[in-house]
Amino acid sequence: MATATAQHHAHPPGISRWLFTTNHKDIGTLYLLLSLLMFFIGGAMALVIRAELFQPGLQVVDPHFFNQMTTLHALVMIFGVVMPAFVGFANWQIPMMVGAPDMALPRLNNWSFWILPFAFTLLLSTLFMQGQGGSPSAGWTLYPPLSVQGGMGTDFAILSIHMMGISSILGAINIIATILNMRAPGMTLMKMPLFVWTWLITAFLLLAAMPVLAGAVTMLLTDRHFDTHFFDPAGGGDPVMFQHVFWFFGHPEVYILILPAFGLASQIIPTFARKPLFGYASMVYATASIAFLSFIVWAHHMFTVGMPLAGELFFMYATMLIAVPTGVKVFNWIATMWRGSLSFETPMLFAVAFVFLFTIGGLSGLMLAIVPADFQYHDTYFVVAHFHYVLVTGAVLAIMGGAYFWLPKWTGHMYNEALGKWHFWLTVIGMNVTFFPMHFLGLAGMPRRIPDYNPMFTDFNQWATVGAFVLGVSQILFVIVVVQSVRGSKKATGQVWEGAEGLEWTLSSPPPYHSFATAPKVK
Amino acid sequence: MRIDCNKKHLTGSLSRALLGLSLWLAAGFAHAAYELNFQKPVTSIADKILELHNLILLICFVIFVVVFSFMFYAVIMHRKSRGYKAAKFDDSPTLEVVWTVIPFVILVVMAIPSTATLIEMDDVTGSDLSVKVTGYQWKWKYDYLDHDIGFFSSLATPREQIENKQAKGEHYLLEVDNPVVVPVGKKIRFLVTANDVIHSWWMPQFGLKKDAIPGFINEIWTRIEEPGIYRGQCAELCGKDHGFMPIVVQAVSPEEFDKWVSVQKNKMLAEAGAADKTWTREELMERGKKAFGACAACHGPNGEGVGPFPKLAGGKITTGPLKDHLKIVVHGKPGTAMQAFGAQMNDADIAAVVTYERNAFGNATGDVVQPFDVKAQR
Repeated sequence: MATATAQHHAHPPGISRWLFTTNHKDIGTLYLLLSLLMFFIGGAMALVIRAELFQPGLQVVDPHFFNQMTTLHALVMIFGVVMPAFVGFANWQIPMMVGAPDMALPRLNNWSFWILPFAFTLLLSTLFMQGQGGSPSAGWTLYPPLSVQGGMGTDFAILSIHMMGISSILGAINIIATILNMRAPGMTLMKMPLFVWTWLITAFLLLAAMPVLAGAVTMLLTDRHFDTHFFDPAGGGDPVMFQHVFWFFGHPEVYILILPAFGLASQIIPTFARKPLFGYASMVYATASIAFLSFIVWAHHMFTVGMPLAGELFFMYATMLIAVPTGVKVFNWIATMWRGSLSFETPMLFAVAFVFLFTIGGLSGLMLAIVPADFQYHDTYFVVAHFHYVLVTGAVLAIMGGAYFWLPKWTGHMYNEALGKWHFWLTVIGMNVTFFPMHFLGLAGMPRRIPDYNPMFTDFNQWATVGAFVLGVSQILFVIVVVQSVRGSKKATGQVWEGAEGLEWTLSSPPPYHSFATAPKVK
Repeated sequence: MRIDCNKKHLTGSLSRALLGLSLWLAAGFAHAAYELNFQKPVTSIADKILELHNLILLICFVIFVVVFSFMFYAVIMHRKSRGYKAAKFDDSPTLEVVWTVIPFVILVVMAIPSTATLIEMDDVTGSDLSVKVTGYQWKWKYDYLDHDIGFFSSLATPREQIENKQAKGEHYLLEVDNPVVVPVGKKIRFLVTANDVIHSWWMPQFGLKKDAIPGFINEIWTRIEEPGIYRGQCAELCGKDHGFMPIVVQAVSPEEFDKWVSVQKNKMLAEAGAADKTWTREELMERGKKAFGACAACHGPNGEGVGPFPKLAGGKITTGPLKDHLKIVVHGKPGTAMQAFGAQMNDADIAAVVTYERNAFGNATGDVVQPFDVKAQR
């Protein structure tokens, strides 16, 4: 391995470095840049939605385009921002954290990234097909029969979902192969950093869930064009079956979007608490329990479709159970901070805000599990508030924290701490002003996915819109921070953070092109 | 914000007060326009849901405050900048068992009232009245199965208000042409289904929300305690005008309800006569202009077409052969949002609307369609 590394040390110049790269760091960078680009595209769509909802009445867009925006915003944010960001972190960090030179399957790695830009080109090109029905507009959940009515944008979306699915599956295979085969001598599974653990479990969730989505959208495609009637009651089909299949994918997907965030928080908090992670083993078991439970709770997304009582009770109890392992995680993070020697550099600020705000989303999730109450919450802004608390103040905050945490390691330069703190506070304030009022809107009776509303909902909507623009504009600071750090500022040490522990911090900053040419020994 | 001293609502008022306080601190003012909780329940089920919601919210709030007071204590006290030295511990089996078991117990406490309420909601037996609710893009149809009455109920808010050319009324987007009229104090069973795509029939003050799914009939029930006009909306994304298909239920005394039933029956008899007569062009144009509202939702108020929906002004169908035009209106176009209006409109309305479309917005075909032409096409 050592000699092979020496031969391939230099990378090709210019664009071919990025097109043909099989290097885990370069591919990690590509994933992260794609994610950042998509964050601004998906964010711009959110701002179109918020602008229309600033006042009652139709001002900015027509209802059909509004529906395209809600649909694309979700698809872009889920498949284009959060998932690629996590895969980017996995690519950069997993080989360094387990003491490997690179990923186990480097060519596959290149392929799984380069599928994505094409998938998103396909998806976003539908914006320019307004004459043919425009982008998909049936919601990211693509429920038939509505999605069967859509124009060819829906077909483009189905094909791009297939491509994203293939990319995710290939990425997951690679991550599993790397973690199971490439660990340094002495690194047993129960010595792996928690970020590696959460990704191992997430990768298995991806392998199990993505093919199910592929099946569901393929049936949709044949219903649309080949008269198969899987979901058409007029031909003996069942529209509710789509929802069961979709959410059998969709609920594990929710945990695909959050487990790596748990991993990130579990790396950052001990570092800045200067104290080992509390309850490492219970963290691992809690993650595995959440992953298992995620496969038996899917129908809590569809309590109002008219399930038998026994079904509703089962899915209610199973969903409530998730609160137990999730609670364990939150308690462990707080216990890690307890009697630590805390300092609050930007990554720690993001991680602490993540724990605090994610818990709000977790608790509203528990409320949503209570079936009779869910009948009131379902498909209202309460649900919109809930999943944005989990995904934005949850996953996105953790991703930001992770980026600040490892940026000095990756670039070799410290980021601008003052600017980082500005970014943090504006982001957190923006997020809460945007999403907190949505709880009240939902409770008071505002349905989700509507372009216009009764004036009684005006005040909270205006808060949300103002918050969204603050949130959106302040992300420009993040770009400035990243650019400054890449171009060079104060040099970072290999250790970077005083309390940092783990193999990646034993390497120089930036680390060598092939991380560990000789496997390190782990005690 | 209403503060109840009633013991039954104690958890409710407490959590409302907590919510109010936090919002007041955040916003700097408490304003009447800020609704913080469910609309006022008018059925016992909606009341139970509100109590359940308040109870769970309160439990969550207390857990949140207790748990994070530890975190904030650590954030403030256990700082490196205060010279605090890190402890070395990294587990505590006792503590970990405790914080696994306690949440489990709390969950059981939550599950018990939830299960009881759910079982009560599920019992649709012994109803006094059955109303079939059918979702259409983008209106509701109500059929009174015991009385042979059926009608559509569509948005009544004028287009000008939506387009900001007119001041918005109090019930903007929550008003309909024909409300559902039901008696108070009776157990009403709703049979919920849909004609085209999935909709969801939601009445917040009744605690009722059920998806309207083509090919399925879902049953729900309610017993309204106070007479009044109650408003709800479609809750499941159903296409372009999902935000524009409200629900209005008018709850009246049983006597008034009986009176209303007989008036409706007479109206329907009068309508049935409309199909037998031969109409003049002017009559058809006038009636057609009214009925065109259903078409304007997609094709635009002047038949100009919107997005994927074809224009009717100078359109291929509206200026082409009359037979094709009638056929598409009566039978719809499968696989698109163009519905089979034969199932939704009577012969007179279809005759009028087709006549209107062929002679309005510059389409000068001069064709006049009579109800019997429509009958022949069915």
